[in-house]
Amino acid sequence: MTLVEEPLVGAEHGRLHDHNPAAADADRPIGFGRLQRKEDPRFIRGQGRYTDDVVLPGMLHGAILRAPVAHARIVSIDTSEALSRPGVRAVLTGKDLEPLKLAWIPTLSYDVQAVLATDKVRFQGQEVAFVIADDRYAARDALESIVVDYDVLPPVVDLRHALDADAPVIRDDIEGRADNHIADWECGDEAATRAVFAAADVVVAQEIVYPRVHPAPMETCGAVADFNAVSGELTLYETSQAPHAHRTIIAMVSGIPEHKIHLISPDIGGGFGNKVGIYPGYVLAIVGSIVTGHPVKWMEDRSENLMSTSFARDYIMQGEIAATKDGRLLGIRANVLADHGAFNGTAQPTKYPAGFFNLFPGSYTWDAVYGKVTSVYTNKAPGGVAYACSFRVTEASYFVERMIDRLALELKMDPAELRLKNFIRPEQFPYDNKAGFEYDSGQYEKTMRHAMGLIGYDQLRQEQVEKRARGELMGIGISFFTEGVGAGPRKHMDILGLGMADGAELRIHPTGKAVVRISVQSQGQAHETTFAQIVAEEIGIPPEDIEVVHGDTDRTPFGLGTYGSRSTPVSGAAVALVTRKVRDKARLIAAAMLETRPEDLEWAKGRWFVKGDPTASRTIQEIAMAAHGTMELPDGVDGNLDAEVTYDPPNLTYPYGAYFCVTDIDRGTGKVTVRRFLAVDDCGTRINPMVIEGQVHGGLTDGVGMALMEIIEFDPEGNNLGGSFMDYLIPTAMEVPDWETGFTVTPSPHHPIGAKGIGESATVGSPAAIVNSVIDALSPLGVTGIDMPCTPGRVWDAMQGHATPPI
Amino acid sequence: MHVTMSVNGEDVAKDIEPRTLLVHFIRDDLGLTGTHWGCDTSNCGTCVVSLDGTPVKSCTVLAAMADGHAVRTVEGLETAGTLDPIQQGFIEEHGLQCGFCTPGMLITGRELLDRNPHPTELEIREAISGQICRCTGYATIVRAIQWAADHPAGAAAVEQETVQS
Ligand code: FES
Ligand code: FES
Repeated sequence: MTLVEEPLVGAEHGRLHDHNPAAADADRPIGFGRLQRKEDPRFIRGQGRYTDDVVLPGMLHGAILRAPVAHARIVSIDTSEALSRPGVRAVLTGKDLEPLKLAWIPTLSYDVQAVLATDKVRFQGQEVAFVIADDRYAARDALESIVVDYDVLPPVVDLRHALDADAPVIRDDIEGRADNHIADWECGDEAATRAVFAAADVVVAQEIVYPRVHPAPMETCGAVADFNAVSGELTLYETSQAPHAHRTIIAMVSGIPEHKIHLISPDIGGGFGNKVGIYPGYVLAIVGSIVTGHPVKWMEDRSENLMSTSFARDYIMQGEIAATKDGRLLGIRANVLADHGAFNGTAQPTKYPAGFFNLFPGSYTWDAVYGKVTSVYTNKAPGGVAYACSFRVTEASYFVERMIDRLALELKMDPAELRLKNFIRPEQFPYDNKAGFEYDSGQYEKTMRHAMGLIGYDQLRQEQVEKRARGELMGIGISFFTEGVGAGPRKHMDILGLGMADGAELRIHPTGKAVVRISVQSQGQAHETTFAQIVAEEIGIPPEDIEVVHGDTDRTPFGLGTYGSRSTPVSGAAVALVTRKVRDKARLIAAAMLETRPEDLEWAKGRWFVKGDPTASRTIQEIAMAAHGTMELPDGVDGNLDAEVTYDPPNLTYPYGAYFCVTDIDRGTGKVTVRRFLAVDDCGTRINPMVIEGQVHGGLTDGVGMALMEIIEFDPEGNNLGGSFMDYLIPTAMEVPDWETGFTVTPSPHHPIGAKGIGESATVGSPAAIVNSVIDALSPLGVTGIDMPCTPGRVWDAMQGHATPPI
Repeated sequence: MHVTMSVNGEDVAKDIEPRTLLVHFIRDDLGLTGTHWGCDTSNCGTCVVSLDGTPVKSCTVLAAMADGHAVRTVEGLETAGTLDPIQQGFIEEHGLQCGFCTPGMLITGRELLDRNPHPTELEIREAISGQICRCTGYATIVRAIQWAADHPAGAAAVEQETVQS
């Protein structure tokens, strides 16, 4: 185990450094620690290269005509006028794609989805036709000239009625389908849970809605396809979080052999799960390039992004919790209705159709648990697993943390005390959560008490008493979440049959500089910095001498990509192990150089030395030169200082955290202000605290967005009411506080460097803290529950005693 | 139609469609792709450039309206190989992640400091409130702009401090 060079408990609020001492100090420790990002110099100069920045000679532009209604039969499509417009090169409809077998493509959940609608449109915003023209304005203009005759059908909008006997059948394209039911899934033990509930002193029920939201990265999705008809090669620039998986799937779908596809995922302007799926636009750009013989660029606009690409959540959760009078938790039950939209396109490991909702028992011990999820089709955009959700741990964690607070209210018990009383204890790890997952490590009570100290919990409760006496509405909300991140293991977890493992290749050049190639793709997470730090920590080469290559299938090993916070748990492990492999090889060479046996050598960061004689040593740089030199190499060493590995994780890693939110609510307007927010995270070994803090801050802002502002709603006709940033509200600098953060360090016992994922922790953990804070503030008015988003109007309704769910 | 303007101190002249948006003119006609585009409704601010010293959303300005005016984009912040303190501040304080909102934030931050060299936290938050960052949660952007306010000499200040320490 490599020890982190920082205290095991800490707080990071405010400015730590005037500037980065690490970068300026030649004697700084090489490896983990605060380090400025290697990506920054290009971004702060405007030299990032995003997909829309790619311009190829002769490139044409594509635009998609989308369905104006949620459910309709297509009677006819007339593209003749559009085709005659100046600058228009081609117009494609579903009929043109049918002979190519590309009118439909597989989703990531073994369903199919239409690339261009042939029979019906099934959600507002669905792809109907594709125009290719000389420039983006000409392509957009031509959309207006396409005439589509629709026979409008009644839509299924309210998922609570999707399974009604008389509900219109959305997926009549699937043979034999007579309803809108997708799947039922369950975990835990139903009978045992029923028995626990029957014997319990206290049982509380609560409906908890996690409405539809959208990741909405600042860069929308898009692609530039360049098909070379002579060589049969396709070069595809794509906003992809998973370049290798995309290449394989595109090969399977398009028939273009995989070795002829070069997929480049350049700089990505935020992903958050929005860029995991294969969208019709990508396929259309490819077909467009084949048809026209030119490169074709397709970039969606913001409305297209919000209306058609992967949304998130949309879970209606019926919760029940059972406990003893004095607050010992006994059982928890979740019965979920899930809206998957018009095509089942959720992105999660095959055997987990409800993602990792198995984490709904949270951070507590129970006698029995049971969860059930029923998914349905509706006339809405497909998706459902996105927005930093760690495969639906967002829903699971929000559910249990709301339920715990609901019970605390019922028992008139302090919610912090209730949690402390029921935490899984450190000695109980590895811990079987009774819903199919084994948590690796945690010191929940320690982290909780650290957070309570940092926020000044007792003083806050005192302040609240005083405020309540004056009639002011102040809330203190807690969320203590446990995530499971870093899928595989491959034997349990795959996406469309591709096992969830990741490769890494490390090459030490003769001069001691290194290049490490990874299969995951950054969307802002600083992989070029943190992965260099992992190599640096393991082999002692400074991070600035290590180049990290990613996002290009021709230059990197195969792996499943970045989502579900899996980069550090999986790819980070691969990088640590490949570096150790190189280090072992270096030992053999060093032994030959020092004319001793390998077992007589000891490692100090950056060099092998003879045990008991530190002056007899060879640095990794010297060894690299020797490996490529003329020296006779030891048996079994074939020259060079390179290695490669594929890492198959033995388990997920389980980061966790204690979050506290203080809100003030305006009695006159119902407006919620987040006054303070403290996040104490434990993600195991910390590679770069600055980057971790950034990841946490971003996720907390997502949490404020979802808790207070963000929602994709639909009217009864299925019109999307969240199709622009005027309607889909995202926090600005004015809606969020100056974040307070802290940490504890509980390494993962099975990860090579003890690290756990952190990218989504705050998005997972924060919404419950905020909503619990709102409910806490409103509890003197008799409020026991409110659903997100807690907009002034909805809070006002709750204050009047009629809180209604958003869906 | 024909437009001429100064972009990052250089005169440019082009024939364009009258409806061309300034953001598309900058990106497509001039090839300056540091200025981004992120929404259809003038809400995101990834397209912010300086027009005669005032930050504007270039998706909401016709290129024709910039005719005869001076435009400054992120590419024009660095002078003679020296980063603007605002750029250095974003590096120092981790004011960016994916980098997509960054050019707009930098332009707004620069303009704020030109007008108000010592802004309060609230003034900084207000100045960037027309722009969305989906990655950072804003606190580090605020700190980055504060860093630039505290270090008008920029990177030179960092070197100076290092020598002294
Ligand atoms: S592109 Fe969004 S405000 Fe200009
Ligand atoms: S850094 Fe990604 S949007 Fe601001």
